[in-house]
Amino acid sequence: MNKHLGGQSIKFAEPVSIVSAASVVGSKEGEGPLSRYFDVILSDILAGKKSWEKAESEILRQSLELAVKKADTELDKIDYIITGDLLNQNTGSTYGAMDLQRPMFAVFGACSTIGEALSLGAVFVDGGFAHTVLAGASSHFCAAEKQFRFPLELGTQRPPSSTWTVTGAGSFVLSKDGEAPFITGVTTGKIVDMGVKDQNNMGAAMAPAAADVIAAHFRDFKRTPGYYDCIITGDLGTVGKELLIKLLDAEGFDISKNHTDCGIEIFNPEIQDTHAGGSGCACSAVTFAGYFYSKLKKREINRVLFVPTGALLSPVSFMQGENIPSIAHAVVAENKR
Amino acid sequence: MNQSELAKERYLELVKKATPNSKILKNCVKAFIIGGLICCLGQFIHAVLERFGLSKTEVSSYTSIILVFLGAFFTGIGWYDKLGNFAGAGSIVPITGFANSVTAPAVEFKKEGFILGVGAKMFIVAGPVIVYGTLASVLVGLFYFFTR
Repeated sequence: MNKHLGGQSIKFAEPVSIVSAASVVGSKEGEGPLSRYFDVILSDILAGKKSWEKAESEILRQSLELAVKKADTELDKIDYIITGDLLNQNTGSTYGAMDLQRPMFAVFGACSTIGEALSLGAVFVDGGFAHTVLAGASSHFCAAEKQFRFPLELGTQRPPSSTWTVTGAGSFVLSKDGEAPFITGVTTGKIVDMGVKDQNNMGAAMAPAAADVIAAHFRDFKRTPGYYDCIITGDLGTVGKELLIKLLDAEGFDISKNHTDCGIEIFNPEIQDTHAGGSGCACSAVTFAGYFYSKLKKREINRVLFVPTGALLSPVSFMQGENIPSIAHAVVAENKR
Repeated sequence: MNQSELAKERYLELVKKATPNSKILKNCVKAFIIGGLICCLGQFIHAVLERFGLSKTEVSSYTSIILVFLGAFFTGIGWYDKLGNFAGAGSIVPITGFANSVTAPAVEFKKEGFILGVGAKMFIVAGPVIVYGTLASVLVGLFYFFTR
C-alpha cells in the first residue's frame, strides 16, 4: 500500500500511538500560565550541574526517562531514541541520551525538532522498523543566549518582536500498541526563505515556512482548516501568528478561529517580560507534551495539527549576513484511528 | 511558496507592518534618568575625592576606577543586566556599561577555562570599541599633527 500522499505527506496505514508524554521545565516556565500541566518544574536553572549546557542535557535525560516510566515500559524495550536540540553539534542530545544506552539518532530542525523527531519516529513504527520509539527535544534559555546572542549578565534591552527561549525538554513514547491519541499522518516541510535577516524577529522568519507546510498539508490530505480542533504552531509568537494568518488567508485557508501558538500559550508577556512569546526546541515540545497532550487525553480536543517551526540559522550564518531560512513539520494527532 | 524577489519584497513590507516598534520616547526618558543618575553618582564621587585634596588628574582617574569597579561588581552579583533591561542606553553609555561589557563575558565563559574562556572571550563585546576607539584616536592625532 502506498502511504505517501500528495506532494509531501504520509498517511499512516497503522496509526501510531503516542503512549506517553513527559515535560520537564525551568522555573520561569513553571511560573507561566501552563504551570499545572508540566510534570516537573525545576527550581534550579542549572539542574544541579556545572554549566548551562550540562543542565540542558540533564533536563533532556530526565524527560526521556520520565516518558518511559509514564508509558509503563522499560528502557530496553525502546528500539530507537530520536532527539535534538539547539546546541552546536547537538551536544544537548549527545550528553542527555548517552546514559540511556539505546540506538540513537540525533536530529536537527532548530525549534521544529520535535516535529521532525515525531515524524521520523512514527515512520519507523508504521514501517515496522521499530515497535517503540522515544522522541524528544530540549532547549535552555541560558545556553541559547550564550550561543546565539550575548552573555547573560550583559545589560541590554530586547526589542518587542524578540522571543524568550524556553528552558525544558519534552519527550514522547511512540508505539505500535497503545491507546489514543494517535499520529495518523505527517507533512514534511520544505526550507523557505523569504528574506528575513533579523535575529530578533524569528516569528517573521518562520511564519512563511509554517504557512507553506500547512497549505501543503491541506492540499495533500484534501482537508480544510475546519477539520481540526486546533492548529498549533511551535514558536511564531504574536508577530509570527499575525503573519501566518495573513499568508494562509491569501492561499484561501482561514485558520484564524482555531490557530494557536505554543510560544503564545507558554508565557504571560505582561508579567514575565517575554515580549513576543516563547521559542526554542522545548517551547513546542513541552507545550504539546504538557498542555495539548493532556487535552487530547481528556478528549477536550480530538484532532490537532501540530506544526513546530524552526529558524535554520547558525551564529556564523547570521554574522555573515545570510537570510534566516526556516522550516516547519506538521504532525496530525487524533483520538480516532 | 512563491519565493521570488518580488514575493520577498512584498512579504518584508508585511513584516514591517506587523512588527511592533520599540517605545522610543519611553526608552529615551528611562535612559536619560538612569544615565543621568549614574553621572550624578560619578560627580558625587568626584566631589568627595576633591575634598580629600587630590590633584585634578588623580580625582578623574580615581572616579573612573571606582565607577568601573561598581559596574563590574554589580555585573558579578547579577544586578547590572536587570538595570540594563530597564535603562537601555542609560546604563550602556556610561563607563559602568563598559565595565559590564567586559565582566559579563568573563563571568559567562569561565566554564571554558581561564585561557581560552575568560582570557579570549572577555573582549567579545568591548573589543570593537577598543579597536576602533584606538584607531580613531590615532587618526585624529595624525590630523592634528599635520594641520596644527
